[in-house]
Amino acid sequence: MSHLPLSRRGFLRGTAGLAGVTALSSLPLAARAADKLTVGFIYVGAKDDYGYNQSHAEGAAALKSMPGVTVVEEEKVAETVDVTKTMESMINFDGATLLFPTSFGYFDPFILELAPKYKTVRFEHCGGLWTDKDPKNVGSYFGYIDMAVYLNGICAGHATKSKKIGFVAAKPIPQVLENINCFLLGARAVDPSITCQVIFTGEWSMPVKEAEATNALCDAGCDVITAHVDGPKVVMQTAAGRGAYICGYHANQSALAPDKYLTGAEWNWGKVYTDFLTKVMAGGTIDNFVRGGLAEGFVKMSPLGPAVSDAARKQFADTQAAILKGGFSVFKGPMKDNTGKEVIPAGKVYLETDVALESMNYLVEGVLGSTS
Amino acid sequence: MTDQAMARAQRRSGVDGLAPLARRAEGVVLPLGALAAGLALFGLLLLALGKSPVEFYALVYKAGFGTAFSWANTLSRAAPLLFAALCVALPARLGLVVIGGEGAIVLGGTATGALGVWLGGVPPALALPLMAAAGAAVGALWIGAVGALRHYRGVNETIASLLMAYIGIALMNHLIEGPLRDPASLNKPSTAPLPDALRVGDIPGMDVHWGLVVALVCCVLTWVLIERTTWGFAARIAGDNVRAAQVQGLPVGRLILGFTALGGAFAGLAGFFEVAAVQGSANASLAAGYGYTGILIAFLARQNPLAVIPVALLLAGFEASSGLVQRRMDLPDATILVLKAVVFVVILVSDTLYGRFRLFAPERWRRS
Repeated sequence: MSHLPLSRRGFLRGTAGLAGVTALSSLPLAARAADKLTVGFIYVGAKDDYGYNQSHAEGAAALKSMPGVTVVEEEKVAETVDVTKTMESMINFDGATLLFPTSFGYFDPFILELAPKYKTVRFEHCGGLWTDKDPKNVGSYFGYIDMAVYLNGICAGHATKSKKIGFVAAKPIPQVLENINCFLLGARAVDPSITCQVIFTGEWSMPVKEAEATNALCDAGCDVITAHVDGPKVVMQTAAGRGAYICGYHANQSALAPDKYLTGAEWNWGKVYTDFLTKVMAGGTIDNFVRGGLAEGFVKMSPLGPAVSDAARKQFADTQAAILKGGFSVFKGPMKDNTGKEVIPAGKVYLETDVALESMNYLVEGVLGSTS
Repeated sequence: MTDQAMARAQRRSGVDGLAPLARRAEGVVLPLGALAAGLALFGLLLLALGKSPVEFYALVYKAGFGTAFSWANTLSRAAPLLFAALCVALPARLGLVVIGGEGAIVLGGTATGALGVWLGGVPPALALPLMAAAGAAVGALWIGAVGALRHYRGVNETIASLLMAYIGIALMNHLIEGPLRDPASLNKPSTAPLPDALRVGDIPGMDVHWGLVVALVCCVLTWVLIERTTWGFAARIAGDNVRAAQVQGLPVGRLILGFTALGGAFAGLAGFFEVAAVQGSANASLAAGYGYTGILIAFLARQNPLAVIPVALLLAGFEASSGLVQRRMDLPDATILVLKAVVFVVILVSDTLYGRFRLFAPERWRRS
């Protein structure tokens, strides 16, 4: 799959063409209904946001060349009755039998309340929330992206001269806190004197605040910046414009500033979705609870940029190999949070799959910022 | 009386019988004409983009009004919009332009969520009215405060209500991420989920929650208040000329406070239903922009609480069709937004046409 950035127009043109090809190629199969599948993708923001939604839209685009598969998509669907009705509309008007409502907030109550009404439809939610008590026609998948952010941190640790790196974050929730901590711990694997300043914008998508936060971090002397917001485009452009290096998140943002882009932690939904669909088209079902990290191909790294030094490349490659091998851990005791409280006792080691990490509520020592 | 004179008198009375009808017709024909013109204009825009307006409107009809599912879709979207539009239409009768209903919606919803958790063991027949009252009361305080600022301090109500909407959203975020947060809501901060008994269900036989019925009743009651009571009459006078109303001894201050608070209470009810019927807890999704769509609806309905109903249904139908239009015609999500904007501007422009047509002005019929 190409990683060139897509303009909305180009994307629409391309998808229209692909959809046409798909429609034509599926014609001979019309008599064998079981071989045809309509898949619906629902995004909370714009599908060309250089971020979370684009990562899923790229995954959806990867399905369009599969024979017998028709993809329908809808963007900017709110986590209100809007998403319930969009799902029903895809089922009723498009005949979709497999839905991917991709935003975290779609799950409870919207998917959980709709699923019992459409028992023949499969609801696959991105976020990893499914438990045994939930409907069986609902599934949940998610990726462990924190190790990819740790690799971002290694590149940042080598690139920073001021020994201060910056993080623009949406909300102080566990997923985000884990990424902030991993970014700093990656950098500290290079130089333990590095600190990471974090600014929370309070919103998943608030470009004005994101730009202000980025400028504030640059003013404070941070010379490598990354972000965890829905669409990191503004952060990347602003930081690069101020001369800082950038590490991407969600999708590949290198096209925004190729010289300043070190690497990025990307979702690899194209592979995940292709695997899912291959299984379904062969008559199988997707497991209700699926997760994976770098090793399983759920997440991937952007190609290293020209500003990444040879020393950084070596440490990056070594660490990546260790992660792929398994058993690698960044959260191990003794570890203190940034108020001096011990959060992981000596001898305790958390692997990336450890469920305890999913309720993380602290920032580790060396992060400048507060969770409240 | 000669036969001739009698015939003339008869003819005149026949014409006079039409006069009230003609006056009322202006308020219906002009907006409908403007709506048609707006849709036609947008059709031209589509043609310029190389898309078929016929296909577009067929899809809008199909997804908004064409099937039972489409109606359920449209009606569920209309419920909060009706409340939000009343929050604009009521103060408008006093000449106040209040555009901050969003703040009252999110805070009304937050109050509902917080109280609902606290009332866990109370019977629903008691708890639900209490929750609704709490939502309405918080909304009434919020928009009533805008009215008070206007009356006692001369603060512009438009700016004040808009800015207070931002404060309201920030306050909601603070509460649901701080004091009211359910510790189990890890990655989407929310209040604790309401017990199932305290959820508002659907209207029997329909896939639409009870908020729609309550909203429709509120629209009718508001119309009665404005058109059929002395309070409404006084408000209309104050809206036309506040000095004249004061000279007449009308209680302008109390009218302003009462009407803004009542409008806010309706917006608060929208928040109550969002939490109790849709979300099941108070969270950031309460700020879904209903308050802003309500402004559009109230203006298109010329601030008439009954006209709000068809306009809200129309706009809800547009929104219900947004998805199908995206999927079938490869148009961007903003298409429906542009359609709404075009219709809005054309209807606003049509305001300048009132009183220009002799057809609707019986007093000018005889001059020709």
